[in-house]
Amino acid sequence: MIEYRSVAKTFPGGAEAVRDFSLVLPSRTTTVLVGSSGCGKTTLLRMVNRMVDPSRGQVLIDDVDVATRNPVELRRSIGYVMQHAGLLPHRTVVDNVATPLRLGGVARREARTRALEALERVGLDPVLARRYPTQLSGGQQQRVGVARGLVADPNILLMDEPFGAVDPIVRAELQHELVRLQHDLGKTIVFVTHDIEEAFLLGDQVVILKKGGEVAQVGSPAEILASPADDFVRSFVGLDRGRRTLRIEEVDGRQVVVDADGRATGVLA
Amino acid sequence: MNAFSGGLDWLATSAHWHGDDGFPHRIVQHLGYTALTVAIASAIALPLGLWIGHTGRLRGLAIAVTGALRALPTLGLLTLVVIWRGIGLTPPTVALVVLAIPPLLAGAYAGLESVDRATTDAARAIGMTEWQVLGRVEVPLALPLILGGVRAAVLQVIATATIAAYPGLGGLGRFIIDGLAVRDYPQMVAGSLVIVALALILDGLFAVTQRALYRHQ
Repeated sequence: MIEYRSVAKTFPGGAEAVRDFSLVLPSRTTTVLVGSSGCGKTTLLRMVNRMVDPSRGQVLIDDVDVATRNPVELRRSIGYVMQHAGLLPHRTVVDNVATPLRLGGVARREARTRALEALERVGLDPVLARRYPTQLSGGQQQRVGVARGLVADPNILLMDEPFGAVDPIVRAELQHELVRLQHDLGKTIVFVTHDIEEAFLLGDQVVILKKGGEVAQVGSPAEILASPADDFVRSFVGLDRGRRTLRIEEVDGRQVVVDADGRATGVLA
Repeated sequence: MNAFSGGLDWLATSAHWHGDDGFPHRIVQHLGYTALTVAIASAIALPLGLWIGHTGRLRGLAIAVTGALRALPTLGLLTLVVIWRGIGLTPPTVALVVLAIPPLLAGAYAGLESVDRATTDAARAIGMTEWQVLGRVEVPLALPLILGGVRAAVLQVIATATIAAYPGLGGLGRFIIDGLAVRDYPQMVAGSLVIVALALILDGLFAVTQRALYRHQ
């Protein structure tokens, strides 16, 4: 369980990223922080592994304040996946994935074996293992990033817009891959995105943020759609544009689901 | 007879390739001064440059100091140290170290600054200590630029180490200083040609090494 207790963050220079944020993230579920740029979502994510220390308040993992933990040890115990993958350009794919294990003191040979297993788990061809990151496509690099995040089998996985820089088709592939992985592995995932579709697809708990880390609404995707807290949420999730207000029409004896403009989006099974 | 062909004749004379006054011995001395100087300058400039590049501190000061050092005339500095400390190895070493520091320092901090912030951020986020970020990420990625600084320093020192002969030491500068004293232009030309050849050979070696390092980038 991860818990934010009244955290705030003001960066040197006076920029206030988060004003007062509290939230509980249950274990073995995916919590998605979603909001426009400048809402403090990445700052909040990075507080979990002390890449950012809050100016006020506490972040707790299983009731232990992370401020009491050594930052390096803490980071090694938490998986981290970021936009553009953040791979080391001078190391091969397999060495990149093995890095967290090597940092944790795992022997070279064993680290390599486990890195290859992790690559297989995220659906990467083993022949790519000996390539360098720049020789891979954006989607492949992102898979390597996920493999690196998972390789040390951390309980917590932090994902900072991991699929933001790949094309829509590859993004959809990666999203479904993550749903499958999470189904198998049951990690506590904190996922940051500005894409509400992605948030609803991946999140057990979705947190919609306004500027300064102000919570507009917290809930499951269904709860948010069923009772949006205010006009901001209604607009943010697209309820004001008719694409999410669906109704059923009878066509040739089948029940077709159409949106507010009458465009068909699917059939009832 | 013009000085150039005279210089070639001087080079071709086998007597000039033997003994303490011969080219091999003078080349070894010349390379010795260069190695000593670059080693001392590296010990000062590289740690400082890496620290500046890693922390981003004192960058403005570093630029100002390297600019000031570059503006110092080497021969003037040499004369000053001779007056202060007397004849010996110290004056040319000091003058050449001062010459070698700016390119080494610039190569080190510019090299580290050229590393993508996202890469070092990622290295930190997966649990590297600051030393690991420096040693396993920043330095390897900055190595081409760091080596570029060493290359520039070595070439400048090789070309300028002739001044060691001025306060009575050896090296290839002897041929130029001694030749000038007796207006033996062929000897001066011969000495200059060997210095140029030495500089070009070393530069070529650096080029090959750097290309090998650039392979994956």
